[in-house]
Amino acid sequence: MTELTLPLDALHRERGGRMVAFAGYAMPIQYSGEFGGIIAEHNWTRTQAGLFDVSHMGQLEFASYDDRALERLLPGDLTGLVHGHLRYSMLLNENGGILDDLMVTRRPSDLYMVVNGATKHDDLAVFRAAGLAPRYRDDLALLALQGPQAVTVLERLEPGVAALSFMRAGQFAEMWISRSGYTGEDGFEISLPVAEVEAFARTLLAQPEVKPIGLGARDSLRLEAGLPLYGHDLTPAITPVEAGLSFAVSKRRRAEGGFLGSEIILDQLANGAPRCRVGLTVEGRLPAREGAHVVAAEGQVGTVTSGGFGPALGAPIAMAMVDAAHAPEGTKLGLDVRGRIIDATVVPMPFFPKSYVRQGASK
Amino acid sequence: MTRYFTKDHEWVEVSGDTATCGITDYAQGQLGDVVFVDLPTPGKTLTKGGDAAVVESVKAASDVYAPVSGTVSETNADLEADPALVNTGAETGGWFFKLTLSDRSELDSLMDEAAYKDFVGGL
Repeated sequence: MTELTLPLDALHRERGGRMVAFAGYAMPIQYSGEFGGIIAEHNWTRTQAGLFDVSHMGQLEFASYDDRALERLLPGDLTGLVHGHLRYSMLLNENGGILDDLMVTRRPSDLYMVVNGATKHDDLAVFRAAGLAPRYRDDLALLALQGPQAVTVLERLEPGVAALSFMRAGQFAEMWISRSGYTGEDGFEISLPVAEVEAFARTLLAQPEVKPIGLGARDSLRLEAGLPLYGHDLTPAITPVEAGLSFAVSKRRRAEGGFLGSEIILDQLANGAPRCRVGLTVEGRLPAREGAHVVAAEGQVGTVTSGGFGPALGAPIAMAMVDAAHAPEGTKLGLDVRGRIIDATVVPMPFFPKSYVRQGASK
Repeated sequence: MTRYFTKDHEWVEVSGDTATCGITDYAQGQLGDVVFVDLPTPGKTLTKGGDAAVVESVKAASDVYAPVSGTVSETNADLEADPALVNTGAETGGWFFKLTLSDRSELDSLMDEAAYKDFVGGL
C-alpha cells in the first residue's frame, strides 16, 4: 500500500519529525531538538501543552436520525445524547468483540464520529453494510492540543473554548472544538479544514507553551493514563466488559439490550467476564512489551497487551489481559521477558492521575 | 587501539585480545531514550552476528548483535544505574560489554570509521 502523507507532513519534517509508517500514513514518532525525544515530549505535555497531529483518524458524519440504527452496532446511549456532548463508545461484532473504539458527538445538524485511523475503512464498510451512509470527511484535519496549558493557549486564540468542560464541544468559526483527548491531560481536539490546518498549527506552535509531540509520547501518555489502544489492548476478540470499559455500556442499553453481542455482554456484566484488562506495575527497570506472557504458579494466565516505560513514574508499566481469578488489585504475577520472570503487581489504573476539567467541578 | 564498525551500528575497540563493544551514536539516535540494557552474562560465548544484548528504549526493544565472536569478560555496570549513558555517550561511557576475541580474522570484515561514516551518510 502506498503510504499517505498528513496535511502537516512538511511542517513535521521542518520541525525535525522522524517519520514512520503508522495506519497507512507517514507520521512523526518523535521530533529532534532540545525538547524532542519521547521522554522530553511526554514531560512537556504533562507540564505545558503538546500539539499532536491526529489527522490520520477518521472523521465521519451521520444523519441525526441515524442514532437508532447506530445503537444496533454500539452499546452507548446515542438517542439520549445531548447536543454538544461527546460519548466514548465502541463498534461491536456479533460476539460483542470490539471492532473499534470511537467518540460520537451530537451536533445541531448531525452526529459526528471520530474513529481510529487504522480501522476507519473497515468501519466504513461495517456502517455501509448496516445500511448507513456516513460522510467520510477526509477534507478535514484533526489536531489535539493536550496538557495543563492547553486551555490558556487555545482561549488566547479562540475566546470561549475555556467554557467547555470535559467531553463537551462546540463550533468556533470554521473549527469544531472538543474538550477531549487521549493523554489523560486536560486539552482539546480541533477539527478544521485541511486547507487551514497548517496556518493554525503554525500559530499554535508560535505560542511559548506549545511544542509538537510525536506518536511515541502519545503512546506513553495514554499508557500512563490507563487508556487502551485499539489493535493492542482492544481487539475483535475482546468485549467491552473484558476490556474494563463497562462504563461505555449505557444504563438504558443495559436494560434494553438490542445491540450486537448484547446477550454476551449483558451476561458478562451480570455474572462477570472470564478475563479482564488490568494495569501492572513492573519491578526493576526492564519493560515487558506487548505479547509477553503473564504467569502464575499454574502457568500462563494472561498476556501483556501494552507495555513500556512510564516517564512520569520513572518505571516500567503494562496493561495485560488476564484470567479473572488473577485480576484483583494487589495480585502478584510474573511476566516472562525473554525467558526471565519479572515480578509484577495488579494495580488500579490510571497509573498517573488524569487532569480532566469536568462539568461542575471546581478548578 | 583500533575501532571497527558493523552495518548493524555496533562498534568494537580492540586492545590486545580484548574487544570493547557498544552501539554507535547513530544507533542511539535512532532508538531514542534508552531505559534499560539487557547485557549478556560474563562467561557467555557470543557468535559474530548472533544475539548479544537487548536495548530497551521508551518505544521498543531492539536486539544488539555480537560484532565479533568471543567470550564475555566484563559488562558495563554503569548502565544498570544509568541506561541513558547510551544516549549521552554511546561511543564512550555507554559501552556494553568486553569480549575475549576468539577469531581475530573476523575484524577484517568490519568497517573502519571512515567507511562507517560513508555507510551512515548513505542511509
